[in-house]
Amino acid sequence: MKDSYDGPILEIDTLSISFFTRLREIPAVMDFSVSVMPGEAVGLVGESGCGKSTVALGVMQDLGKNGRIVGGSIKFKGRNLNEMSQEELRKIRGSEIAMIYQEPMASLNPAMKIGRQLMEVPMIHRGSSEKEAYERALQVVTDVKLPDPKRILDAYPHQLSGGQQQRIVIAMALMAEPSLLILDEPTTALDVTVEAAVVELVKELGKKYGTSMLFISHNLGLVLETCDRLCVMYSGEAVERGSIKDVFDEMQHPYTQALFRSIPLPGADKNARPLRAIPGNFPLPHERPPGCNFSPRCDYFEAGRCDAQDIKMQAVPGNDRHATRCLKFQEIDWNAPIEAGDQTQKGEPGRVVLKIDNLKKYYEVAANALFGGAGETKVVKANETLSFEARESETLAIVGESGCGKSTFAKVLMGLETATEGQILLDNRNIEATPIEARDTQTIADVQMVFQNPFDTLNPSMSVGRQIIRALEVFGIGKNEGERRKRMLELLDLVKLPRAFADRMPRQLSGGQKQRVGIARAFAGNARIVVADEPVSALDVSVQAAVTDLLMEIQREQKTTLLFISHDLSIVRYLSDRVMVMYLGHVVELGSTDQVFSPPYHPYTEALLSAVPIADTSVEKKHIVLEGDIPSAMNPPSGCPFQTRCRWKSEVPGGLCEKEVPPVRQLGDGHQIKCHLPDEKLTEMEPVIQIAAE
Amino acid sequence: MEPLSWIEIITRVLLQFTPVWLSLVILFVLSITYKRKLGLYGKLFDSTIGMIGFALVMFWVFTGIFGSFGMIVTHDALAQVSGMKNELPGAPLPNPDEGQYPYYLFGGDNLARDVFSRMVKGAWIVVQIAPLATLFAFMVGITLGLPAGYYGGRLDTFLSFLANLILAFPVILLFYLLVTPEIVETGIPSYMATVLFVFPLVFVGVLLNSRYKTQPNIRAPLLIGVLGIMGWLYLSLISEIGSKVAVLPGFLDLFDIPSGILVVFVSVVFVNSPTVFRIVRGLAMDIKTRDYVAAAQTRGEGPWYIMLWEILPNARGPLIVDFCLRIGYTTILLGTLGFFGLGLSPESPDWGTTINDGRRLLQIYLHPAIVPALSLLSMVLGLNLLADGLREESLRD
Amino acid sequence: MGLFILRRVGVMILTGLCLTFLVFTLTNLYPNLEKLAKTQGNFRMSDEEVTSFLERGGYLQPMVVKYGEWLGVLPSYRHENADGSIQGRCILPGQAPEEAPEFCGVLQGYWGFSTVFKDEVGSIVATRLGLTGKLMFWVMVLMVPSALILGVLSGMNEGSKTDRTLSTVAITTTATPEYVSGVILIAVFASSAVGLKWFKGTATSAMEDANFENFFLPVLTISLYGMGYIARMTRASMAEVMTAQYIRTARLKGVSFPNIVVKHALRNALIAPFTVIMLQFPWLLNGVVIVETLFNYKGFGWTLVQAASNNDIELLLGVSVVSVFVVLVTQLISDIGYVYLNPRISVS
Repeated sequence: MKDSYDGPILEIDTLSISFFTRLREIPAVMDFSVSVMPGEAVGLVGESGCGKSTVALGVMQDLGKNGRIVGGSIKFKGRNLNEMSQEELRKIRGSEIAMIYQEPMASLNPAMKIGRQLMEVPMIHRGSSEKEAYERALQVVTDVKLPDPKRILDAYPHQLSGGQQQRIVIAMALMAEPSLLILDEPTTALDVTVEAAVVELVKELGKKYGTSMLFISHNLGLVLETCDRLCVMYSGEAVERGSIKDVFDEMQHPYTQALFRSIPLPGADKNARPLRAIPGNFPLPHERPPGCNFSPRCDYFEAGRCDAQDIKMQAVPGNDRHATRCLKFQEIDWNAPIEAGDQTQKGEPGRVVLKIDNLKKYYEVAANALFGGAGETKVVKANETLSFEARESETLAIVGESGCGKSTFAKVLMGLETATEGQILLDNRNIEATPIEARDTQTIADVQMVFQNPFDTLNPSMSVGRQIIRALEVFGIGKNEGERRKRMLELLDLVKLPRAFADRMPRQLSGGQKQRVGIARAFAGNARIVVADEPVSALDVSVQAAVTDLLMEIQREQKTTLLFISHDLSIVRYLSDRVMVMYLGHVVELGSTDQVFSPPYHPYTEALLSAVPIADTSVEKKHIVLEGDIPSAMNPPSGCPFQTRCRWKSEVPGGLCEKEVPPVRQLGDGHQIKCHLPDEKLTEMEPVIQIAAE
Repeated sequence: MEPLSWIEIITRVLLQFTPVWLSLVILFVLSITYKRKLGLYGKLFDSTIGMIGFALVMFWVFTGIFGSFGMIVTHDALAQVSGMKNELPGAPLPNPDEGQYPYYLFGGDNLARDVFSRMVKGAWIVVQIAPLATLFAFMVGITLGLPAGYYGGRLDTFLSFLANLILAFPVILLFYLLVTPEIVETGIPSYMATVLFVFPLVFVGVLLNSRYKTQPNIRAPLLIGVLGIMGWLYLSLISEIGSKVAVLPGFLDLFDIPSGILVVFVSVVFVNSPTVFRIVRGLAMDIKTRDYVAAAQTRGEGPWYIMLWEILPNARGPLIVDFCLRIGYTTILLGTLGFFGLGLSPESPDWGTTINDGRRLLQIYLHPAIVPALSLLSMVLGLNLLADGLREESLRD
Repeated sequence: MGLFILRRVGVMILTGLCLTFLVFTLTNLYPNLEKLAKTQGNFRMSDEEVTSFLERGGYLQPMVVKYGEWLGVLPSYRHENADGSIQGRCILPGQAPEEAPEFCGVLQGYWGFSTVFKDEVGSIVATRLGLTGKLMFWVMVLMVPSALILGVLSGMNEGSKTDRTLSTVAITTTATPEYVSGVILIAVFASSAVGLKWFKGTATSAMEDANFENFFLPVLTISLYGMGYIARMTRASMAEVMTAQYIRTARLKGVSFPNIVVKHALRNALIAPFTVIMLQFPWLLNGVVIVETLFNYKGFGWTLVQAASNNDIELLLGVSVVSVFVVLVTQLISDIGYVYLNPRISVS
């Protein structure tokens, strides 16, 4: 029966979805069309708020109380889903169309065993008996490559790691062998190396079961790796649609082009080839401009034409099913070289301002978090012998996944925690044992921090100006209120925000704007060392570039030492001078950006490089997938911390990796790695990323 | 004279409340006109439930206030008029004096007092005590809950243990233990008042100190001024000539609280504080993990600044909602005290005492007990609806 | 798990000791003792006579010593009278001092003697507790299921008409304390003025022979107040669960609505109300006192009022100990139950 239909699996035609609030109708998706052929994987790409998830929920007919489909049709195997009864929909959901979400933990019922949750699917849709359902569950759990399937079926969701949970969610979606799988940012909550393995699995299973996929993501690189075709969305509309190759290499819409120019691809460089941020802001749904939604931010905007009427999708002649929503696509010279941005001089690193020597931070935690009593404590080694130097106007990137100890290090440096051993020298003064209360104002003002989550970084009940003025007060800058207010306005200028923002409340600002205020606050006391903890990872791609460039610019002007904490190697390669790779509290590799990004690598760096998706069709990557998850810092493996997942382990004789923590080895020019691999093996390593000759 | 019919009673009662209706109309017209400028309070007027609740609450507030000025009431709440014992609603006075209201609108109670006037006077007692006692309970709960949630560790264990200790006590038992004359004689309630009423002082002092620490030229005069006035009020409040705590000489003592009321006040604050403590502690534990708190820490702010200016303002939503609910709950507690004849004088027109008086003859005469019972019900219901409306509206953005 | 319970029991005992000490102190303050002396002796006693009476009873020792004796961990006080006879707490009338036990406190099962009821406190408390237990049983039977049903029905479809109606009902009942609802119920269903006379306005006869007529009103009165509160908790918890991502997962798996509610939402939604029900006990005790007074049902709450208003120190102490104990035990059960209901908390 499944095979009798051979048209498109999913056909969305001029779909419009709106949400209704008390005050107005908010159109979330307008005039959206896409089709998914059998066995095809279609990517849906766009920034947050562009309506991509709404499309997915529209397909599932699950828009909640306020959402409604106001136009167009969604046909699944030729049948219009909009016209189906609840009962008919229920039969299709889970059996023919399945969905995978962003947060694996939230999508599993916390009070139900994994097995039950899986078995439910065939029991509902096929009327299977308990035994058959169990057999099926066992088989699918084996398919998603989870170890010890029987034990897992008997576990509760919280007993699994994030990666395992996401595999279970995938298994649940595949239980009934659906024809269409919708994946809504399925890996966003996962670490890079885990993400790579999950993506690999999805691709493999998609082939095995012949499932069509609708893959929703904000990450162009990920779409390149997983999909055959893609559809770029902007502010509720599809702006470009076509095969991966057409869209990536022959883009026909200014937004797509601007998007690609704002992400750091190999070859971008903060001084020679800076990124080009998309100017302006994403329009709110009720403030969309007339005509083309992208027109206010578009380089090719032509007044009187682009804003005159609604613009329809038009086919691009010559390409296969390639369409764009741009009136001028045939007039624009898409191959014109990028207008070179302001090229800048590379700031020369100055003297050493910060020196970390053998720093250790151990925590004692109760063995059992909830009911632990005195006595049973466990030592968590959050930072193990950290040593490095940072110079004036240098950017040092600290790279690692969750649990690697980068945040702990930031806390110790800021004085929120004190070090267990070793020293931190700021201008040759020891500060490792001075908690923040005991530090003098100058030291505090010198070392400041920019936080990760823009929605959390500002106090929601204090105006923007007030928050910056408070920082100035604390740092003792300005003699009176008037002077401080003047300085605050200057700081807003510095981060390129309009002065009128001083009186706004944080909730009136967008994510990127909040992050700018956060930066202004950090620089209020003329900070000399700024720790930026993933400052752009929660922002949209187009805003990321702008905020990154702002940081770089201020750094150049103020000769700041920037400690840039990130897990995103693309951005690290783009902006940092030196890179430090951490894994489970250890520094496994340290060197200049070129040294770290080219062989010889530490095996972990190698895997990390391979795991990061790159949105460039000309890049060839070596394929390295790490097994399993990152071990918990509470219970680290013996010997080398990375030995449980290392693919080179067998090359080290005598099981040394399991017995001893490797020593730090100097490879010359300040490049150091922590690995047992013999020199000849290290020299054998091949580069992970190669740009194909053009 | 003939007794009034039901329609006449209702008309006369509605007329009697004229000042209240006028105030309500003015308040609502003003609020609805400017609702977009009034923040959370304005948003309340978007929710029907919230508006109903607010109207009920304000009805009793206005009734209480006007009643205290001698408006609305028809007779002296304590005066007994012979021949009016247990008379039914609408009963005429046997031989009314010149200028005396000729009817007992809601009838007479078993001591021949006017039920209607007692109800109005009872509202004043509740409107005075309940919000103030709740406010004090919040001061205590916030001042202790913030550090417990923020620091955690031993301080938290200790304070939580204390809070649980009080919470494990059945409220009635606590009242009986605190409010009996023998205990009052020992001065324990007065000492407790001394301790509990210090918290607003501590709270305001720390609040201002942490805010203006960086500007010493403003801080000193401000602190001296504010704490001076509050200190004086505090001493006037706790000190009473002849009681165990008499620290102020009479001429400096601004006012005296009748000792019965003070005891009631103290015990209500004491019972409410631990719950507020738990709520604040939970909120503080949640909010302290936010990045803006970390940002404040990394710029070297003191812990009290962080607690009072970074954490507390962002916990205000749930706290305001709980404040409304808790006033209602305090009203119920006051009623309970009155019902058991604890603290307040037996003639007091407060609703709890009147319910207790009226219930003895409930099988025959309904009105003396039903009137205060329905009053209390509508007031608490109003507060609950108000809280519900506020919660709904504050969740909406 | 064993260790966890052990720790909880430890905290519970500590709390219990603190609370009983507090009650002991408050009931044994000098004015209370003075009053006791006067009611036992006569009201015209001079101050010296009072002192000597208290001296003989051992009431003038330090508070901690008295508490220790009452608890049964210190040997009880004995006083040698002028005539050479020995009197003491442990020595029953007519008993030779040598035969009397040295310790006689709560731990030995000696709860003291009630001055109002002229009976052993232990036996009074036991009988009264039995009567109240009967009341509470029916309250639970009525309150818990109806509250849960009310809450689940209104929470599973937040914002719907059913929800609005049921929520209003729940809010109204929480706004009605027992002394208000009791008065209204009696007025409507039992008074001669309205004339329905379906039920009896007192429950005195229910102590021997409880039936629907004489027992329903008190049970309903207590239930109503707690019911609204639990229902609202359940509703909030249910409404929150229904918006959770895993409910959407279940819905998009094709699970039918009734099954979503029963299989996926219910267990998660009941975790919060369960603790609330258990922590309601101190409140219920409150209600019990009011209702027993209102309906003249001579149970535990009624005894509390009698003891407290008549300065019956030993009885009040006994009553306090029992009520504190009940509250602490329910807290313990609530903690343990929470762990069982919520698989996310693992106890090793």
